[in-house]
Amino acid sequence: MVMSVPNIPEGILRRAGLDEQDKALVCAIQCGLPLCPRPYAELGAGIGMTETEVMQRLQRLTDDDFIKRMGVVVRHHELGYRANAMVVWDIVDAKVSELGRCMGKFEFITLCYQRPRRLPDWRYNLFSMIHGRDRDEVLRHVDFVIERCALQDIAHEVLFSQRRFKQRGARY
Amino acid sequence: MTHRIKNCVIDNSIDTVKLNELERHLLNDFQRDFPLSATPYADMAEQLGVTEQEVIDTLQKLTEQGVISRVGAVFRPNRVGVSTLAAMAVPAEKLNEVAQLVSDYDEVNHNYEREHDFNLWFVATAKNETHLHEVLNAIETHSGIKVLYLPLLEDYHIDLGFELKWS
Repeated sequence: MVMSVPNIPEGILRRAGLDEQDKALVCAIQCGLPLCPRPYAELGAGIGMTETEVMQRLQRLTDDDFIKRMGVVVRHHELGYRANAMVVWDIVDAKVSELGRCMGKFEFITLCYQRPRRLPDWRYNLFSMIHGRDRDEVLRHVDFVIERCALQDIAHEVLFSQRRFKQRGARY
Repeated sequence: MTHRIKNCVIDNSIDTVKLNELERHLLNDFQRDFPLSATPYADMAEQLGVTEQEVIDTLQKLTEQGVISRVGAVFRPNRVGVSTLAAMAVPAEKLNEVAQLVSDYDEVNHNYEREHDFNLWFVATAKNETHLHEVLNAIETHSGIKVLYLPLLEDYHIDLGFELKWS
């Protein structure tokens, strides 16, 4: 059952520091910034906020690390990056942080997360997303990571994506 | 045959979007450090030596083509709402039906088929933990298939965007 999961570390649920207006701004921006000459003014008009206030709050949300980055969000598939694989690794807990950091720095890896194992169904605890133009390129990247991070003895599986049923930004 | 000409062809697939110089710069140069000024598109235009209207029109076109999902903010997971990756092992003959059931939830923002016994992978996002669990429980109940709940524990990736290679 979904509810019968181990406790989640506290840090994950930390959401301190967002006031009601921040939340309104987060809601307003999640479908994207308007494509018009004064986008922050237009965004603010919808939620009763001045252009300056929108910009200041976005700056603070970025400084406080709520916003990872601001900019153009590309869809790799449409640009010819047709292959992507979630590569999952079974790493002893004591080494997962070190190896995660080693993997997280490669430019072809776009996500690198530690997640819980779900034994006996699921043994893997490190998840990396690898993009390439085709499957061979993805597999070459996997080999490169194995060599550079010394993962020769680590069990892993490569889960290529097939159909994309849905992809959009998160809505909170 | 891939031609290396100014209007760069990214690969040989007939349906791959072909991009010109301006489009390539807009896609590659502004994945992060987007101008937080009153007139960001004018600032980008100045940097690229084109007009503000060209920048806006080109971003509009790339959005309509589906090359850009949006111009906006990427939030760090679990700092604004709560989200989780989840996986299901769906019998092949039920995959379309279960995928549709999952995609129909507004809380689900990504939903992919992957090559594995666990063949359906999705990300669900909600305002809080209770709501997130309700969604996953509902999916489990309505599909009759166990949902693996795989929340993020630690993020090791430094997101600098993704450098696109034009070959």
